[in-house]
This record gives sequence, C-alpha cells and structure tokens, in this order.
Amino acid sequence: MADSARCPKILTANFGVTDSHTLAVYRSRGGFTALARALSSMKPQQVLEEVKASGLRGRGGAGFPAGVKWGFVPQGTGKPVYFLVNADESEPGTFKDRHIMDFDPHLMIEGTILSCYAVNCHDAFVYIRGEYGWLVDRVQVAADEAYAAALLGPNILGSGFGLELIVHKGAGAYICGEETGLINSLEGKKGQPRIKPPFPAVVGFLNCPTVVNNVETVAAVPWIINHGAPAYRAIGTEKSTGTKLMSLSGPVCRPGNYEIPLGLPLRELIFGPEYGRGLLPGIELKAVIPGGSSVPVLTAQEAMEVNLDYESLAAKGSMLGSGGCIVIGDDANMVDVLRVILQFYHHESCGQCTPCREGTGWLDALLERMLDGQGRPDDLQLIERICAGMIGTTICVLSDAAVMPARSFIAKFRSEFEALLPKGDELEDYVPLAVQAELPRSWAEPASAD
Amino acid sequence: MSEQGTTEAAGPGKGQAAGRATASIAGPAGADAAGQTARQTAGQPYAFTAENEAKFQRIIQRYPDKFTALMPTLWLCHDQWGWMRPGLPEWVAGRLDVPLVRVYELLTFYTMFYLENPGRYNLQVCRNVSCHLMGARRIIDHLRARLGVEPGQTDREGLFRLEEAECLGACGYGPMMLVGKDYYENLTIERVDRLIEQWRRGG
Repeated sequence: MADSARCPKILTANFGVTDSHTLAVYRSRGGFTALARALSSMKPQQVLEEVKASGLRGRGGAGFPAGVKWGFVPQGTGKPVYFLVNADESEPGTFKDRHIMDFDPHLMIEGTILSCYAVNCHDAFVYIRGEYGWLVDRVQVAADEAYAAALLGPNILGSGFGLELIVHKGAGAYICGEETGLINSLEGKKGQPRIKPPFPAVVGFLNCPTVVNNVETVAAVPWIINHGAPAYRAIGTEKSTGTKLMSLSGPVCRPGNYEIPLGLPLRELIFGPEYGRGLLPGIELKAVIPGGSSVPVLTAQEAMEVNLDYESLAAKGSMLGSGGCIVIGDDANMVDVLRVILQFYHHESCGQCTPCREGTGWLDALLERMLDGQGRPDDLQLIERICAGMIGTTICVLSDAAVMPARSFIAKFRSEFEALLPKGDELEDYVPLAVQAELPRSWAEPASAD
Repeated sequence: MSEQGTTEAAGPGKGQAAGRATASIAGPAGADAAGQTARQTAGQPYAFTAENEAKFQRIIQRYPDKFTALMPTLWLCHDQWGWMRPGLPEWVAGRLDVPLVRVYELLTFYTMFYLENPGRYNLQVCRNVSCHLMGARRIIDHLRARLGVEPGQTDREGLFRLEEAECLGACGYGPMMLVGKDYYENLTIERVDRLIEQWRRGG
C-alpha cells in the first residue's frame, strides 16, 4: 500500500539537482538508458505491452490506461501516426507539468521517444501552453541538445528508428488541453473540441491516427522500461498503480508539487511533515478540491477520510483529475470561491455548444448577482435547472466541469448560499420559479411520457 | 538572453529579408479589420528580421502544412513587433497563402494574440481559485488604483496594461502575475510597488 518512505522517485528523481535540465546531467543520472535498452533489445509491441502491464493511467485528468490507448492506434494504415504531448497545463490548481519541463525536460523527451517507438510514430509535437514561454525555450534547448546527440532525428542511437519532435507554443486557451481541442489548435484552427467517436487514435491530427498523452504520463515511461511493469505495479493500489505528482495550493504551510504513491491519504498530503505541513496559522480546513477546479469539492471531513487514488476519490463522489489539490480554509466564503470558478468556465467556454456557452454565462451571472445582494429566493433551484441542461449535453466535458463544482458547492455548503438569498415573503414582487413556468416546457427538464 | 520578451519590438520594415519579396499591406479590407490606426502605417511593408526570416523558413519546412504553420508564424510576429499591428494579419495571410479569415480566427480566439498594443509591460494577474484564496483580488485592486486603469486597459503612456488572467499554473505560489515571459510569484503589495517603480524608471 501507500508507504511514502519506501516510494521511489519516478518523476522527481532529478528535481533539485544542479543543472538537471541539461542533457549531460540527465545522462549522468541514468538518463536515456531506458531508450537505449528499448531500441536495442525490445520490439515496439513489447514496449507497449510493458506499459499496458504497468497499469499506468493518463495523468492529464481522465485516468485512461495509457497502454490501452496506445493499443487503439491502427497499424499499417499507410497514414503517419502522430504523437502529441499535452503540455497545455491549465486546469486551475495544477502546476506539475511545469516542474517536469523545467527541472527535467529530457525525462519528458525520453518518455516521448519511447512512447512513439511503441506506437510506430515518427512525428511528435509537444504542445506547451503559451503562458509558459520560458518553458517553451527550455524544452526547445533540450530538444536541440537531443538532436545534436542523435537522440532525436532520423536515426536515433543508430537504431534506424527516427523521430521528429516539434516544440509548439500554444496561445492561451484552456480548452486546448482537451485532446481534440488540442488537435484542432495544432491544425491552426480555433481550439474547439471534436465529437467523439471517431477517437483521435483512429482519426486525429490531420485525420491521421494520433495519440495525445499528458507530460506526466510520458515521463513515467522510462522508469517503467528500466524497472519493469511489476515494479511499477508494486507502488500504489491495485487499480491506481505507480506515483502521481500532486500540486498542493491554497493556505498551506508548504505548497508545491509532491510525488506521492497513489493511495496516500489526502490528510497526509495536507498535514504530513514531508508534504504540506498543515494550514497556515489561524486557518482551519474547510474544504478541499482534490483534482483541479473541475472536480466536485470535498468537505473537510470527507477530505480527512479519503485516499488519493482514482477509486477512493470516485467512491467519495469526486475525482483525482489532474492532481491539482486546492485547500480551502475557513476564511474563505464558498459562494465567492464558486464565483471565481464559474467565471473561469464562462471565460473559457469555446462557444460551439449552446448549453455550455450560455449555461456557463448564466451560472456566472447568477453567482455575481447573489454576491451583489441581488439574489432571488429561487436562485439555487434556477442554478440546478441550468446545471441539468448543461451536463452531458455538449461535445466536450467543459460544461460538465462547470456543473460539478456548482452542484457540489451548493450541496455541501448550502447554508452559505442561502444566507445571501432573501426569503420569498421578504419581497413584494416575488413570483415563485414554479409559477413563472408559464413558459413552454423547459429544455432542462426531461420530457414526460404523456 | 536571446530575446527580451515581446516588448523590444522593431518597427515595421526595419529588418531586411535578403532577396525575399515582402508583401505590402492589403488595401481597405485590412484597414477596416484593424481599426482606424491602420491609416498610420498603411503602405509600409513588413519584413521579418534576417533571424526571424530564418526561423520562419524553418517553420514552414518543419510543420506539416501551411495552416499548422500559422500559429508559430503569429508568435514570430509578436516576437518582432509586439502585437499584430495594422496590416500584419494580411501580410501573414499573404506569406502563408492562407485565407485572411483563418488568421483572424486565431487572433480572436486565443487570448495571447493582440490586435492592439498591449503596452510595454502587460501585467497579467491571475484571478483564479488558488491565487484568489491567497489574496489576488487585493493585488488587482491595488494595481487598478495605482495605474489608474481597469483590467483590459492600457495606461495613457502605453507603459502598463493590466489584465486579469485565468490560471497560469503557479497555484502554489500565488498571488502571481505574468509580465512578458516572466512569472512574478508570492506577490505582496510592497513587491508590486517596487516592480512598478523599477519599470517606471525603465528597468
């Protein structure tokens, strides 16, 4: 089970080492040995099988098994296969990929080459969010070093396997972190997600088979190749194997990124001496958003009981997501915090699906008027009605990502919302929501059988 | 060290791309799209510096098609000119042989491309959850008062622009702001004041 003391550093082994971002230091610490081994003694299929057997799951948020995703790529179609590393890190609360690219860009590059080898891909892109301008430079320098050392290019380490890697700079849009949004963006379009199916593995970038993986996912691959799938499986829980980088933020004593064995109690991450060391003096824990702003919030009590793995968080009705763990103290007002979150989704909705484009705006506006003291007695019902129309009705999950915090904040901290709303009998012009519905039957309500 | 961010912009036509034809600005359509300031520079040709021209050639050589080359080319324009000055979108469309609408699609969808001058120092303060919990609102309010601008506005001297940004991936180190390519983290009002004074002095 989760024993942090015995947990090897898979993603952060080189963090804190002087000049860890250079090829020389990376190599001196065992870098690129996995690649050399794989290219000389493993077939692509063996690399794929090893990763599949390791149980490594996508670290960008969805948690889909990486090896299975790779297995969906059709081989021998005559079309090129593309591999896109998703470094568009923009889920609020998440800042982990940034540190991998900053401290250990060659780890990501080695993982990318291995992943490409596994799916017979010869063209890869690293899509880095535009705001990380200095990381674009850093990764580009690392890629140039790798090219000069024949670790990238037409004939990697004399193996005959070739890979072109382009470092691509995004231009500011949360939605480009969604894999099909990223593909459209890379094609030089607005980053609007595509309907799935077809899945990118079959029809992706330029209509070719495409794999999109998070930085942290590919960064785990060299260790898996070096140590084998069983060693990786030995860390974490049965279904959530390996380690995860958790980004800890909010009013804690030691915010930052921590590599944890999956299954670690959330309590340990927040209060443990090797991790967050508790909240700032005078602040008590009120709530935790465990996996980025899109996931349902946990109350302090729930947070004290849950472990950090995909299954435990799902059992509590939340998600591990991207690992952006936001700690909320008792000095925060939950209506105010939710407003900030909904303002974000309103701003970032790409606009192609009506329920999301309009719904995120309505939710934002409702929270704004509530905080301005202009709320109406039935506003919480109204919010729920809007949420019901938003969830599951759009091309991508941005709409759901706005609904999940909205619903969970209101369900778990209802009294803070109600405190801002007048009672019906306090208003002269109050017309209950139910009576207002002289309107045609709302699209938000399921059609009855009559 | 190679680049001083996007603010050290060379003026249009400053660089000479040796032996390469440079398209001149499109006519009235370009002026309409870019607003009244188009008139000020209309007729001046744009050209990448020799260094940027080499980068541009490498982009079109490496990217799979001209549309995929569009975003990196727009970044190159921002590196050289600071923002998409009047006529530049048309010039890019010409150089890549793509419809102008494809250029504007990107310029208007993505928040980091500018069709107006973002000022010498574009202060992008994160307003998202983690920074908010650590007091981002105080920083933003202080900057509004100190610079006399609302978010989304540039001051009269064209020195500072204030923006409220969404999550910039510095959640553990908030409040924070992005200026050019630099992250300023764990901000306090005193630190913000020192930075403003330093930048006012031209540092």
